[in-house]
This record gives sequence, structure tokens and C-alpha cells, in this order.
Amino acid sequence: MIAEALALSAALFVIGAIGVLTRRNAIIIFMCVELMLNAVNLSFIAFSKLYGFGGQAIVFFVMTVAAAEAAVGLAIIIAIFRHAQTVNLQNINILKG
Amino acid sequence: MLFATLQAAEVAAETHPLSGTFADLIWLVPILPLLGFVINGLIALTSVSTIGPRDPHAHHESHGSGQHGAGGEPHDDHGHAPARHRYAWLVSIVGPAVLWLSFAFAAGIFGALVGAHPEEPFVKRLFAWMITGDLAVDAALQVDQLSMTMTLVVTGVGALIHTFSVGYMRDDPGYPRYFAYLNLFVFFMLVLVLGANLPVVFVGWEGVGLCSYLLIGFWFEDKVNADAGKKAFVMNRIGDFGFLIAMLLLFANIGTLDFTGMRAGASQLVEGGALVTAICLFLFLGCTGKSAQIPLYTWLPDAMAGPTPVSALIHAATMVTAGVFLIARTSFLFALAPAASLTVAVIGGVTALFAATIGLKQWDIKKVLAYSTVSQLGYMFVGVGVGAYAAGLFHLVTHAFFKALLFLGSGSVIFAMHRAYHATHRHDDAQDMRNMGGLRQFMPYTFIVMWVATLAIAGIFPLSGFFSKDEILTSVFARRHESTLAEASWLGIPGSAVLTIVYALGLIAALLTAIYMTRMMLYTFHGPNRTGEAERPHLREAPWVMTAPLIVLAVLSAFGGWLNLPAVLPLGPVQLLHHWLEPVVGEPALHITHGAEAHLSHAAEYALIGVALAVAIGGIAIAWVRLKPEALVPKARAAESEGVERVLENKYYVDEIYDAAVVKPTVGISRNVLWKGLDAGIIDGLFVNGSAYLARAFGWLGARLQTGQVGTYAWVLFLGVLFVLGAVAVR
Repeated sequence: MIAEALALSAALFVIGAIGVLTRRNAIIIFMCVELMLNAVNLSFIAFSKLYGFGGQAIVFFVMTVAAAEAAVGLAIIIAIFRHAQTVNLQNINILKG
Repeated sequence: MLFATLQAAEVAAETHPLSGTFADLIWLVPILPLLGFVINGLIALTSVSTIGPRDPHAHHESHGSGQHGAGGEPHDDHGHAPARHRYAWLVSIVGPAVLWLSFAFAAGIFGALVGAHPEEPFVKRLFAWMITGDLAVDAALQVDQLSMTMTLVVTGVGALIHTFSVGYMRDDPGYPRYFAYLNLFVFFMLVLVLGANLPVVFVGWEGVGLCSYLLIGFWFEDKVNADAGKKAFVMNRIGDFGFLIAMLLLFANIGTLDFTGMRAGASQLVEGGALVTAICLFLFLGCTGKSAQIPLYTWLPDAMAGPTPVSALIHAATMVTAGVFLIARTSFLFALAPAASLTVAVIGGVTALFAATIGLKQWDIKKVLAYSTVSQLGYMFVGVGVGAYAAGLFHLVTHAFFKALLFLGSGSVIFAMHRAYHATHRHDDAQDMRNMGGLRQFMPYTFIVMWVATLAIAGIFPLSGFFSKDEILTSVFARRHESTLAEASWLGIPGSAVLTIVYALGLIAALLTAIYMTRMMLYTFHGPNRTGEAERPHLREAPWVMTAPLIVLAVLSAFGGWLNLPAVLPLGPVQLLHHWLEPVVGEPALHITHGAEAHLSHAAEYALIGVALAVAIGGIAIAWVRLKPEALVPKARAAESEGVERVLENKYYVDEIYDAAVVKPTVGISRNVLWKGLDAGIIDGLFVNGSAYLARAFGWLGARLQTGQVGTYAWVLFLGVLFVLGAVAVR
């Protein structure tokens, strides 16, 4: 049972990671990051079956942080869009050294 | 162990027969000139704003030292009243007075010393100077027969020269500064001769070097004079390096630098061993610098750029004899190192002859005397080199008398010459003998006392130089057999042969001394006057404040020989100085002659005296017959000399050789390798700018990584995580 849950978690995580690395749209990247977070949450839940409720407690923390991050992240994306009229990250390199 | 010896020394000092007597005031002797320095120095500081036109003497002296060419100076101070300082009268009192007081105290202590005549030196500890680890050095003064003899010479001759300076330097705008330096010099010289350990002596040694530098460059407005001072300073540093090394070697091997302690500890050293020879040679290197011996002698003739009384005091009578004093002081070491002693004697003999030949063809009256000084210093080193320490010191004392007299006499001549030129507003060389001649009629006192000194230095019986020079030559002759020196070898040559050569060198130098001194007198005082029609009426004798010291010195030069009469001549108490110095240098001297006084048969001694006298008279006769002052023309019209004369006139081109062989390479290496290569290239270029370039290059690389593309950063992060995970997994 736990093996399947972990396999699903890993698959979700890898999908999220590939999305983050390959996509250029900020929104999609953002969604992929959320996917990765939730993949991790899934593995926490799976492990809590073995090691007690600590894992579930951490999941709540992760969700809280993810919510806060979503709020801030989306606000930044909106600000970027207002500034550059695009959310394509290839066109945004104002932090170039 | 160290503290034990210190306590022992203290106990010894308390029970010393001199403690509680006048000798406890020994510190006053050097402190008085220091006080004079402070007073005159403060007065000199007030005169900064009142420095007026250039000094009148400086004008002509600068011509004498190299720039041969009459007139053409941009400054014209004629017609101005001399800018005499407001407090010059106070300086005139304080400057000489501290010396006379100091002399009086020294004489009192000398009296106490004569009364007690202790075998052990009296060491007056003033305060602990430096105590670090095993090294404990006190600021301590040593009263013994040697130091008090030197103190009397320094303060006595010094006081006379200070008095003379009152007249000579009267019109100089730097008058207070002059006396401040001169007082400071005497202070350091007294520290040098009275020091009870090598570091204290070294302080005096360096101090007199500093004052010598300050006084050579006293008229520093002329670059020649400033350069001469710098030259003296740099050449002395070479010698001082030797002094320092010797001091460190002594401390490392004996563990103390007090003279009493070293004397006791010298027995640990292997006689004739490499260590004691090295120590003595390094000490002697110091002496060659300070006392102007080959190879470091070239600064002394240039030092004549200073005021003439300075030449008399520092560069003839006192400072330059410090090397001879130092060897006598450390005679217990030199007696253990025959090879080093022979080196001293050979260098002394060669210098005596070499400098005498140069003296034969100099035209500047002070240059003649300068080379004569180098030559006579060579004589003293011959004396102390062969272990006749008392003889060397005897010559030191008599030389202080007659050479100070000669220099002050030449100062008196230059003073008169300058005054004559000044009166007619003419620019010419006041020191060139070709511009003098016939001064006998104008300066009778100077003429007489100069002849006394000349006969003394030439070695005419019964003047002082005869006895001192004769004793040195006799000592060399006597030590050819039955002495440690004769049995040692020097660079593979047997010691007795070396001593025979040194004796011959000394004899030839004596002949040349008689010749060049007579030449100087002939050209200066005899024959027709060549100064000029207009100047002639202005030539006259110097004021009394200048001639009086001359007369005192003339008496001393004439009768100084009675300090140490040879045993064979029944003229009075014999060998006073010799016996007087016995507690200090007697034992080392006896060590060299195997415990017995070096004895020659009376016939041999009479023969040697006869030879010496014949040489002296012969030299004077040769000069008198061969040289024709009537044939001389003034400097401005004189033709260039040729051949050997030219080589001698240019001092064997030694300065030029040193310049090409030492100075130019040193400057070249300094400029091209050390400055442009090492400093500008490696330190500034590689280290300072290089580190900046390196930081900038890394910055450039780092900036290339900052693409601004979030995707790139994500990839880097991803790969980094993979790398870390991989590393953890592999481990």
C-alpha cells in the first residue's frame, strides 16, 4: 500500500519538476510548483501510516505555507504582467548580471 | 647567574676606591655639553625667521670642495651687514663655557684617579637601560685610565676649538645652530669614550656620526656640502654594520656586553680561533668606517666641506680617533687574534702611505690636512695593530694636539683670505694654496704655530710627534721577533715579514709626511704673495680669541712628547702614559709579547731614532730644495697637471672607481631591479593590482552566470540537488 502511494507521489513530483524546468509561462510553472508541494504532502500522508500523525501535522503546515505562497506568488505574477505585458519568463530578464 | 654577576659588580662598585670621591660626578662631564646643546638649540630655533643672507664663509668653502671655478655664484651678499643673531652673545658664552666646565670636572676626576690609581675600572651605573631575556644593559659610565685620558683630550681640545669657533663663526647666521651641534657632538663623544659597555659606546658612536653629518652639511644650501655629509653618513653605516655584528657575536658567545664582563669572559674564547678573529675583524670594519681607513676612507676628505673648526674637532682630533680608542678598549680581544691584529696593522700601514701620497699633490689646504689625518690615523692603527696600544693612544693624543692646531691654523688662514676677498668683493678660492703664498708677513702668530705643528707632525726632535711616531715604529720593529704576531701568519705570509713590510710602509709614509707638510707651509706662508694686489692690504692676523687657542695648542704640540718619553732618552720621567694605561691595556700588550716587555738593545733603539729623524729631516730638506713657491701661479691661471701628478691630484680616482664599481651598480640595481622590478613590478603590479584584477575576473565570470532567466536558475538548482543526492547516495 505504501509503495503505491510513494510511487504516485514520485510520479507527481517528477511531473511537477519537469513542468518547472521546461515550461515558460509563469502561471504554469507556478501550478507545477504546487504540484510538487502536493506530491510531497502525499508522501507525508503515506508515511504517517507508519510513523504516526506527525506527518499529517506537517502537511497542514505545508498547505498553509502553500496558500500564503500562492497569494504572494500570484501577486508578483500580476505585477510582472502589468509591467511587461507578458508572463512568458523568457522575456523577463531584468535581473541579468 | 646573570643577576649574581650584576650584584657582584654592584658590590665591587661600592667598595671601589673611587666610589664616594669626585668620580661619582662623572655623569656631569657629558651632561654639561648636552645642556649647552639644549640652550643653544633653543636659541637656534628662535632664529628661524632671522636667517639672513648666505654665510660668507660657505661661499668660498664650497669652491674649495670640488667646484673649481671662480665666481659666478648667483648670490651676492656683499655690502650687507652680517646677520648676527640677537642672542649670539649668549651662545658665545654658553657654547665654550660648558666645555671648559666639563674639562674642569674631568680634570678633577682625573686627579682623583691619579690619587687612587686603581687596577679595576670604576663603573658608575646611572640606570638600567634595557633588560630583555639574558641581556641586561645599564646606562653606565666607566672611569678608568683610558676613558679619562680620552675625556681630557676631548674636553680640553674641544674647549679650545669651541673658543676658536667664537671668532671663526662670529658672522655666520647659523651661529647658535653651529654651537648646538658642536655641543651635542661633544656630549656623544663623551658617551662614546666613557661608556661602560658596548651598547652605550655604540650610542655615542652613532651620535657622533649624526653630529658629523649635521656639521659637514652645516652649509646645506650648497648641494656639494649636503652631499658630502650624506657620503660620510652612508660610509659610516657600512662600518657600523660591522660593529653591530661584532656586538651580536660577542653577546652570543660571551653573554655580556660590559667591558669588565667581556674581559673576564674573553678567556672562554679560543686564542687565534675563527670566532675571536671574526669578532675582531668586524669590530675593525666599524673602525675603518669611523676612522677613515682603507677601504672606507673617502668620506673624510669630503668632510672638509664643513666649517674648519669642525674639521679640527671632529675630523682630526676626536671622532675619527674613535676607532683607535675602540681597539684599545677591546684590546683583550685583539690580543687573542693575531691574524686580526696583523690585518689592523697592515691596513693602517697601507693607509698611512696611500693617503700620504695623495697629500703630496693637493692644492686645497684643508685637503692636504685631511689626507694627512687619514695617514696619521693609519699610524695609530699600526700602533694598536701590533699590540703597542699605549703607543697608538700616545700618537692619538699628540695628533689631537698638532692636527687640531694645523686645522685651526688653516682656519685662521682661510679666515684672513676670505676677509681679504670679501673686502674687495672678489670671488675666488680662499682655500687654494696657489692663491696664498707669503702669508708669513701678514700672519706672524699663525705662521709660527703652524711651523711648530708641522715640525711636530713631521717628527722632528723634540716635538711631540717625534716621540709618538718613533714609539710606534720602534714597537713594530721590536715585535718582529718574540711575539704572537711574528709567529702568526697573515694570508700565508709569515708575521715577521708582514711586520717588516709595515715598518717600511710607516717609514716611507713618515718621509712623505715631512714632504707634504713642508710643501703646504712653503706654498702658504713662504715665497711671494699671490692673493692679488687689491687684496693684499686686507690680509691680517685673526683676532685674539682665535690665536690664543692656537698658542695653547702649539705649546701642547711642542711638549706633548713628555707624556711618554722613551726609556733611552734621558729627558725626564719615562713612559708616563705607558705606565698610566697599564691597568687597561698592559695585560693584552704583554700577552702579545709573551709576557715580557718588547726590548731592543739601546744601540738598536738609537739607530731607529736616528733613522726616523733622518727621514723626517730628509723629507723637509727635499721639499725645501725641490719646491719653488716663486714658480707658482694663482689657481685661476694654473695649468692642468699631467702624468703621475694628475693621478695624485685626482686621488688615484678612487672616488670614480667606487662610483663605477659600487655606487652605480647599487643605484642601477636599486632603480631597475628593486624599484622598477620588485616594487613597481611585483609588489605593486602582481600583488596589489593583481589581486584587484583577479577579483574583477571572478566577478566577470559570476556575472555571466546571472542570466536573469529564471529557467536557467531552476535548472542549476535542479542539477545541484541531483548532484547532492547523487553524492549522498554514492557515499
